[in-house]
Amino acid sequence: MKETKDHAALAEAFNADEPRVNWHDETLWFIRQKRDKAAHTVADWELLRETASQIKHNVLSNLHDYLLQFEANAKANGIIVHWAADAAEHNRIVHEILQKHGVKQMVKSKSMLTEECHLNDYLSEHGVEVIDSDLGERIVQLAKEPPSHIVLPCIHKKKEEIGDLFHEHLGTPAGMADPQVLTEAARQHLRETFLTRRAALTGVNFAIAETGEFVICTNEGNADMGAHLADVHIACMGIEKIIPERKHLGVFLRLLARSATGQPITTYSSHFKKPREGHELHLVLVDNGRSIQLGREDFRNSLKCIRCGACMNTCPVYRRSGGHSYHAAISGPIGAILAPNLDMKKNADLPFASTLCGSCSNVCPVKIDIHDQLYKWRQVIVKEGYADTKKTLGMKAMTQAFASPTTFQLAGKAGRWFMRHVPFAVSNKMNPWYKQREMPAPPKESFGEWYLKNRKKKNE
Amino acid sequence: MTVGLFIPCYVDQFYPNAAIATLELLEKLGVEVVYPSRQTCCGQPMANSGFEHLTKKSNNLFIENFRGFDYIVAPSGSCVLHMKDHLHSGKYPNETEAMRGKVYELTEFLTDVLKVDKLKARFPHKVGLHQSCHGQRGLKLAQMSELVAPAFSKPEQLLSMVDGLELIELTRKDECCGFGGTFCVAEEAVSVKMGKDRVMDHLQHEAAYITGADMSCLMHMEGILRRQKSNVKVVHIAEILNAQEI
Ligand code: SF4
Repeated sequence: MKETKDHAALAEAFNADEPRVNWHDETLWFIRQKRDKAAHTVADWELLRETASQIKHNVLSNLHDYLLQFEANAKANGIIVHWAADAAEHNRIVHEILQKHGVKQMVKSKSMLTEECHLNDYLSEHGVEVIDSDLGERIVQLAKEPPSHIVLPCIHKKKEEIGDLFHEHLGTPAGMADPQVLTEAARQHLRETFLTRRAALTGVNFAIAETGEFVICTNEGNADMGAHLADVHIACMGIEKIIPERKHLGVFLRLLARSATGQPITTYSSHFKKPREGHELHLVLVDNGRSIQLGREDFRNSLKCIRCGACMNTCPVYRRSGGHSYHAAISGPIGAILAPNLDMKKNADLPFASTLCGSCSNVCPVKIDIHDQLYKWRQVIVKEGYADTKKTLGMKAMTQAFASPTTFQLAGKAGRWFMRHVPFAVSNKMNPWYKQREMPAPPKESFGEWYLKNRKKKNE
Repeated sequence: MTVGLFIPCYVDQFYPNAAIATLELLEKLGVEVVYPSRQTCCGQPMANSGFEHLTKKSNNLFIENFRGFDYIVAPSGSCVLHMKDHLHSGKYPNETEAMRGKVYELTEFLTDVLKVDKLKARFPHKVGLHQSCHGQRGLKLAQMSELVAPAFSKPEQLLSMVDGLELIELTRKDECCGFGGTFCVAEEAVSVKMGKDRVMDHLQHEAAYITGADMSCLMHMEGILRRQKSNVKVVHIAEILNAQEI
């Protein structure tokens, strides 16, 4: 990655265009409200969340056994199972399958895992062209950008910008921004792709240990179109996607779409169990840091994530900084607790890109304690030495100052001590506080002084 | 019953009126209140920045200052939550547990411990209530909009006892204001944008005052209001509950 700017700098750039920030915020808030409405139609919503969380808890506690059970059942069904320790191995496996079949062009439906592994870049370096078939993914692919949101990959783009892209790449009339026309153009373009591709790659939402089948949830049916028309279907999944039994699916399907977009269920929830006659069905199980995260007790629960995106839609910071400000495949609050596991140095800024307001943890359908984990990552990152030196010195000075009640009280005029010792209150026009906010006006006397005059004396 | 008054450092230095109102209000309600003068800071700014390991001294100081009291009350949800969640001490290992259970934010102390059901207060103004996140989602001072659960609000319950006060509705009733401790300078752009949006919600609904149980959020919003040269004022909820305006 060439990007070296941190979240704060990228967020500041995003905020240069305030009307756009307002639009982005409103769009995502609208989805959060749709989620609220949908959640309120389920009387036992909180019980459902708790149940999902406990099922995932069981999965994470017995992951080894469930994975082997799943593998055995999948193989018995005729699925070819591969294991990838990391992104590089995953990419290699996919490429080898394609090579074996002499495939140079592949259609792919939405898979955040392949984003995490940078599969598209890898394949294009090896001469394989990948076309993303999810509409939003296709749009960001045409724009040569990563997705900014795990469920709504192009949520940062206005329809006019999409119109321009389609004009350039798909030949729609210049200035055309009617979503219906644009969608139709994309549909025609993708139809041709579906019909001619011999290999299709999909993600996996849930893999059922009991039956060896997997389930993919989409609204566009693009995973099905790709997989059904191609000779080879490759499905890639992180090892945490397991659920024990088919009956548990009901819990997750009820939560997933409601949390994601406020729909009662995704349009398509497709089960894949075995290959058709004469076709191949591959499944790649990817670790890529997940077992390390599983070993981190404080952060283990992050693996419960079902990638609904609700934590992003609700996050007041995400809505005003945009997905790209997180410079990681998975953005937003969940990205901020997953990314440091993969590369602590590069992602040391992300757990700080939050006010710890706690909204994320409370919309999360599997009850991940996201904001508590953000707090805990901060402690880890500082201890590992990834905090910048200026901040460390400032914090040490402040701690010293606070440790001495006498200097605190004898500082004289109210406010003065504070402005001298607390970094964000420093009375100085260079202070970022002051850029768009006034400093609090120091009062005549501090409460401590007032108390001494008005109560302490009286009590004595 | 003796209450130890825990006044956050920045309230002591910049907002003494909020602290005075807290003290007077508790006294009016018949509580004996003592302000231990050796208090400084609860350590939250350091801890939330990843430096919890530096807060040992401030934790010990907190325990030394407050261990003798039946309750510890502070006009700040955020500092109280920090103490409840993160008060540790190697020096006083046996005292932390009990201390954590004795720390109360002012409004919850009024509704849950003192069980206040009427107040002699008058504040004839249009008021917007800012639900601070640490108070609301952390201390559960009010129900949050994320959960499918019965509504309640301790601050609103108290404000409804104030004569003449008109509480306005907000479009987003529990969105974060963007203060966030050192977030307010480390992520200046987003912090300010969040603050501007919160303030706008109150202005659009014609608040004359913005109140809340956390002075830090109010300080941030006040900074924005003053920069915008707005006449709208911020006032800590203790000042309203203690107000005798005619
Ligand atoms: S962390 Fe929770 S809310 Fe966020 S994407 Fe994952 S499941 Fe959804």
